[in-house]
Amino acid sequence: MKKHKGKSKVTVYPDWCKGCGICVEFCPSKVLDLTDQGKAVVAREEDCIRCGFCELHCPDFAIIVKDKEPVEADNPTKIAAKKNATGKGA
Amino acid sequence: MNEITGNEIIHQYLRHNKKFPHVLCPGCGHGIVLGTLIRSIHSLNIPKDDVVIVAGIGCSGRLAVYVDFNTVHTTHGRALSFATGIKMANPKLNVITIMGDGDALSIGGNHLIHAARRNIGVTALILNNNIYGMTGGQSSPATPMGATTMTNPFGQLDKSFDTVELARGAGANYVARGTTFHVKKLEKVLTDAIERPGFSVVEAITPCHTQYGRKNKYKTPVDMYKWMKKAAIPVDRYNELSEAEKEDRLAIGVFVERDQPGFEERYFDLKAKLQAQEEKGGK
Repeated sequence: MKKHKGKSKVTVYPDWCKGCGICVEFCPSKVLDLTDQGKAVVAREEDCIRCGFCELHCPDFAIIVKDKEPVEADNPTKIAAKKNATGKGA
Repeated sequence: MNEITGNEIIHQYLRHNKKFPHVLCPGCGHGIVLGTLIRSIHSLNIPKDDVVIVAGIGCSGRLAVYVDFNTVHTTHGRALSFATGIKMANPKLNVITIMGDGDALSIGGNHLIHAARRNIGVTALILNNNIYGMTGGQSSPATPMGATTMTNPFGQLDKSFDTVELARGAGANYVARGTTFHVKKLEKVLTDAIERPGFSVVEAITPCHTQYGRKNKYKTPVDMYKWMKKAAIPVDRYNELSEAEKEDRLAIGVFVERDQPGFEERYFDLKAKLQAQEEKGGK
C-alpha cells in the first residue's frame, strides 16, 4: 500500500454527498474531513494510500479515487503544452 | 491511465435521467449494496440487456429504479413470483431479485420458501436492515429480540428469522451472508450466486440508522458500521465459538453450496423428452 502513497487523486462530488461520515471515520490515513455544511472534502490528498475504502463504501457513489496524472509530476511544462494543444483543437 | 475503476464503473450503470443523489437516508447501506451488485455484474461481463432486476416494495425497491438494466418494480413481497415468470419465459436472462427483510420474509415469505424448494434459477438478494424502514419503523420478522422499535417501545418480544437457516431448510442451492462493511466479501458471494445455476440466496446486512439505529443506542450511522465490523465473523470461526459467545456475533460467508439442477433446466429436459416420445409414437 505504501508505494501508492501520494499517487492518487481523490474527488468528492459535493452534490451527491449526504455527509454520512463513513469515509471520514474509516479512512486509515485521515484524508477526508467533514465541513460545517456536512459534506466530505479532501483535506490531505497526499496521505492517500489508495486502500479504496471510501470508494467502495460510499453509499451515494460520490467519491472517486484515480491515479494522478503521471506526466504532471515528471514534467509540468509538458502537460501545460498538451492542455493548450487540446484547448485549441476544441 | 484511461482504465475505468471503482465508482466510475457504477456511474456507467446508473440512469442519469433519474434524480440523484438517491432517496435513501445518509449512511443507509442500500447504496453500498447497489454498488456491490453493479460491480459483480460488471466483473462477470454480462451485457446490460441480459440482466433483469426485480424489486419489491420498500427502501430496497427503490434500487431497481436507479440502474440501467431491465428492471421491474413489483408489488409487495411478490418480486420472486414475477422473477419466476421472467426466468421461465426466457431462461437465458440473469434474473436478480432485490427484496427487503419484510418483503422477503414476511409478506413474501411464502414465495421465498417455495422458490427455494422449486430451485428456480433466480438470485434472491435480501437486504436485511432489521426493520420496516420506509413505512415508519415497525418491527419486521428480522428485528432482533429485545430491540426497541416504533411498534415495540419496550423491546421486541419475538425471536427473529434466521434467513440462512430458512433458505437452507427450504432447499436453496446457494446461501450466503455478507454485510455492507465487508464489501469485498459481499461482492464475491454475490458474483458466485449470480453464476451458480439454481436458486441462490444472499443476505446483505445493511444498517438502517434513521428507523432502527437511533432507537437502539447507535447515535450516528458510523456507529452501526462499527457494530458490523465488531460483530461479523467468518462462518468457520463462528462455528467454533461457544453458545454464549455466539449471541452477539454475526456469521458471514458461504453457508450452503449445492449443485442441484434448476427448475428451468428440469422443465426443458422434460419437455424435450416428451417431444421425443411423441415423435416416436407418431411414426
